[in-house]
Amino acid sequence: MPVDHITVTKNDGVSLVEFNDRKILDELSIRELGEQLREVADGPNVRVLLNFQNVEHLSSAALGMLITLDKLIKEQKGKLKLSNINQQILEVFKITRLNKLFEIHDSAAQALKSF
Amino acid sequence: MAKPDPKVESTYREIRIKSTLQDAKKPEIQILADVRDCGYDEEAIFAIKLALEEAMTNAVKHGNCNNPDKNITVRFAVDNYMVAICVRDEGCGFTPEEIPDCTDEDRISLPNGRGIMLIRAYMDDVEYRSDGREIFMTKRNKKKRPHEPS
Repeated sequence: MPVDHITVTKNDGVSLVEFNDRKILDELSIRELGEQLREVADGPNVRVLLNFQNVEHLSSAALGMLITLDKLIKEQKGKLKLSNINQQILEVFKITRLNKLFEIHDSAAQALKSF
Repeated sequence: MAKPDPKVESTYREIRIKSTLQDAKKPEIQILADVRDCGYDEEAIFAIKLALEEAMTNAVKHGNCNNPDKNITVRFAVDNYMVAICVRDEGCGFTPEEIPDCTDEDRISLPNGRGIMLIRAYMDDVEYRSDGREIFMTKRNKKKRPHEPS
């Protein structure tokens, strides 16, 4: 049975997603994580906030999964935002210029206000 | 047996694994244990872990095309000053220069193609050999300089 990679709570209509893993690196976990995130993102006009507070490592496969998720949400006229990304991981987003693709906030509170 | 020296490839330790994503974790455990023992900082450990993860995933998926009958050979040496890692697959190779830039405007929203870019960004030297079947990468320990005693 797949492990729960995320914890989801609802906050004013926004699905607030927290990652249960410190490392989002290996393909097998990323596949499972992608499926669990797709369930959260499934439907029109969804608003999803991914809180990276617990995450210490992220691979390019994880970035790919986030891009696919972003595309799915945008196709359904929803919104995806990211928050609490630590400096090392933010650097990964900057190197790959994905900080331009995603809306990234310093804190979850700030991100929630911006929806 | 000579102590592994990152500057002398003939002294490198070698780990040969089956080409599966599960087995691809094995070399990382050993290499990162050596890196920690040699006193590298968290930034360097993050970089080495990320680069190794990307190199191993590329070897399994793109090099060996997810064929578990093929092997991956990892050779490495870690000392107080430098880490050197060589990952070799049994695929057809590739030309790194032909990999498109994933930060181009028309490619930024494609989900693949960022592994090599991250390896180049996080390691100090990266070299492709044997027509792309082997990647050789190094990372220096910023906390130590070669003239300092270990």
